[in-house]
Amino acid sequence: MDTAESSSTSKKIQVQRYKPDDNPEKHYLNEETGLWSWLTTVDHKKIGIMFLGAITFFFFVGGIMALLVRTELWTPAKTFIEANTYNQLFTLHGAIMIFLFLVPSVPAALGNFILPLQLGAKDVAFPRLNLLSFYLYLTGAGIAIFSILNGGIDTGWTFYTPYSSTTGGAVTTMVFGVFVIGFSSILTGVNFITTIHKMRAPGLTWDKLPLFCWGLYATSIIQILATPVLAITLALVGMERILGIGIFDPAMGGDPVLFQHFFWFYSHPAVYIMIVPGFGVVSEIITTFSRKHIFGYWAIALSSLAIAFIGFLVWGHHMFVSGQASLASMVFSFLTFLVGIPTGIKMFNWTATLYKGSIDLKSPLLYIFGFFFLFLVGGLTGIVLGSIALDVHLHDTYYVVAHFHFVMVGGMVMAFLAGLHYWWPKITGRMYNETMAKIACGIIFVGFNVTFLPQFVMGSQGMPRRYFNYIEQFQPFHQVSTIGSFILGLGFLMVFYYLVKSLFGGQKATANPWGSRAMEWQINTRPPLHNFHHIPVIINGPYDYHKPMEEFQLGLAESPTDGHGQESDLEVTSDGKEINAE
Amino acid sequence: MDAIKDFFLPPAKSTLAEQTDALFWFVHGSSLILTIGLIAVIVYFVYKYRRKSEDEVTPLITHNNALEVTWSVIPLVLVLIVFGWGYQVFMNQTVVPDDAYEVNVTAQKWIWQFQYENGAQSTGKLHVPADRPVKLIMSSKDVIHSFFVPDYRLKQDVVPGRYTEMWFNAPEPGESIIFCTEYCGDGHSDMLGEVIVHEQEEFENWLAENAGGGSKPEDLAPEEWGEQLAQEWACTTCHSTDGSQMTGPTWQGKFGSEQNFEDGSTVTVDENYLRESILEPNAKIVEGYPAVMNTYQGQLNDEQINAIIEYIKTLK
Repeated sequence: MDTAESSSTSKKIQVQRYKPDDNPEKHYLNEETGLWSWLTTVDHKKIGIMFLGAITFFFFVGGIMALLVRTELWTPAKTFIEANTYNQLFTLHGAIMIFLFLVPSVPAALGNFILPLQLGAKDVAFPRLNLLSFYLYLTGAGIAIFSILNGGIDTGWTFYTPYSSTTGGAVTTMVFGVFVIGFSSILTGVNFITTIHKMRAPGLTWDKLPLFCWGLYATSIIQILATPVLAITLALVGMERILGIGIFDPAMGGDPVLFQHFFWFYSHPAVYIMIVPGFGVVSEIITTFSRKHIFGYWAIALSSLAIAFIGFLVWGHHMFVSGQASLASMVFSFLTFLVGIPTGIKMFNWTATLYKGSIDLKSPLLYIFGFFFLFLVGGLTGIVLGSIALDVHLHDTYYVVAHFHFVMVGGMVMAFLAGLHYWWPKITGRMYNETMAKIACGIIFVGFNVTFLPQFVMGSQGMPRRYFNYIEQFQPFHQVSTIGSFILGLGFLMVFYYLVKSLFGGQKATANPWGSRAMEWQINTRPPLHNFHHIPVIINGPYDYHKPMEEFQLGLAESPTDGHGQESDLEVTSDGKEINAE
Repeated sequence: MDAIKDFFLPPAKSTLAEQTDALFWFVHGSSLILTIGLIAVIVYFVYKYRRKSEDEVTPLITHNNALEVTWSVIPLVLVLIVFGWGYQVFMNQTVVPDDAYEVNVTAQKWIWQFQYENGAQSTGKLHVPADRPVKLIMSSKDVIHSFFVPDYRLKQDVVPGRYTEMWFNAPEPGESIIFCTEYCGDGHSDMLGEVIVHEQEEFENWLAENAGGGSKPEDLAPEEWGEQLAQEWACTTCHSTDGSQMTGPTWQGKFGSEQNFEDGSTVTVDENYLRESILEPNAKIVEGYPAVMNTYQGQLNDEQINAIIEYIKTLK
């Protein structure tokens, strides 16, 4: 009837307001129940929760190993374990924290739960692949645990050759475990990219995409492009150990430095796999708790992509003293400084977002401010290490250890905890004890600094990493650091305690306890099994805090009429930019 | 000021160490200013714009191109300074002066060995002349190690199958610690050494005394020399002399005892067995211990091996 109108770009669709329920009777946790429904679920929310459970478990396993390592370092000589046990412990601490916790933490756990909600989709693009990704993760973790029990590994998480091709123990099985986990990571990446491209709700244009989605998008690109290189490298190590093919071991005609190139070609971008999703979390929380439009949306979104791209070109900064050419070192150092710029841009934009905001210092925001300080220190010490002359002195000392813990724990774990606190009400339908959350955040912050600030000093003084014995001069620093690690551990335990406690008898959460404009808060708490009872329609950006809430709770009108139905109070054009109030 | 320097950095004992330190303080100083500035702004905003009522509406501020350019370009200029400066110092560290005195360095689990022009050798202790550029030509016999002297702000990986180089000039006589900084197994943290900087004349004397290397000092009994060698060659990194458990079997009470091997065989420890264990460590693997020892074939001469065996005999 109106062909002329539908062929133009301003085709009108009807929308109506769907106000979310605070505590619906039916939700994703009770529509299907029983163990089997969990094990075979293709619901992204349940898979996200299973990932959350698994990574929490491995976080505590890795954490206990860290405490054992720190306890051993209380005295300069042997404190309570043998050198070989110590070497296995720090290897497993690194491998578990990186491959089983940090890499999947935000994308696979929080991302799985939140991404489709933010896109207005019923699930990810490939729900079964998503479940497979979880089982691959479990399989890889199982193989890794098997290798620990079956000889252990003492190579460090970096598996440097020719040490790793010649040492005893279960290196081959461990490497295979990491290989399998890598595929889990790749599948998550493929799934997210497809989902973001193909499953956005009507009106959700790229310039309205939440920055958390941009973060996950950049992360997914890195996961897909970098992880196969790790898989190939580890497969080569396995072949060298099993078949005796000389690739990395000079005794068989290989080149040990080649391994480092391959390994860091993955593992440097992997650092961004771990931190870029955290950036997304920061953007969401800062805007929500300052009720303010994000400052520099495109600067933040594109800087994530810039980091993902440049991040591929800086791997050689791990190898300034490896014997690589001076020219190569110069180029890698230069590119390393370039990757610092987009990161700095983000920090400034987040700070500017607070300007003239309405800031409510709730626990998620408090964790974000913890992130701010710690990540800033981590980033700036990265500038120190990127400078070749300084790296020659500081490489492989505790300075590096402190640097990456500031980035990974201070940055990523803080961002992860912030995200967990932020989305906890949506995920579980319960509120945690806010006072305890703030106290725990303070304890973690203090514990973290007490643990790792002394390590900067030790490292500058020359204390090498991965040392079982050390010279007495460093003992006071080590002891302060060990005390700090126990404070830190206490903080994490406290978080675990009050979050679990909230599940049993915590105050019930409303649909949108923070007053956020983002889409995941415009549906029921807890969410329905298929997320939306309607097809959501987006006319405003997720950070348009200057607009009233009603404009964010829209969906396609259930019974389309001729355009003048009684229920619809708004109309939206197909490009989502014009609104006509009825 | 000096107290702060000493707290953060080891003493600067090479000609180039001061250059590294200047950059170190520049980057840390500017980082500190930036950190304090940014945190102060955040704290101020959080206080100034704290939520006063639930109905507050915030203004729409989407972006500001002038600001974006400013806070991109200023840090860019700063990091380019750090890059150029760091590269320049690195080139000074890398380009070896023509008149450098050369010493060969061999790393293996878990000792540093040094060979000098006249055949002199030393283990664990690097002897060099003061106020003269010294070039180290380094290689590893097994896995990757890394030669690190914090006092010189220098580090270089030592890789099997190729030579790597580094150089330094220590103006004053003195001693500095050497760390291994590339993880190399159970004895990694015991793979320490020492650079001993002599006055030129004193160095010449040391070199002359040790020419040819490997013969017994006249004032020592064989077992005393053996004890000294066991220290120098870092045997005691893995083998205790007091019965305590380490990477390898203890030497205490070893001579004359029954030794059980992984393959089930046994032998009574005598001179032949000890000699074989030093030259072909993997011929017989003691039960319960990893096969990680390297051969000392071509490194210890017969006289030295005899001395070490004499020393082991004294450890009842």
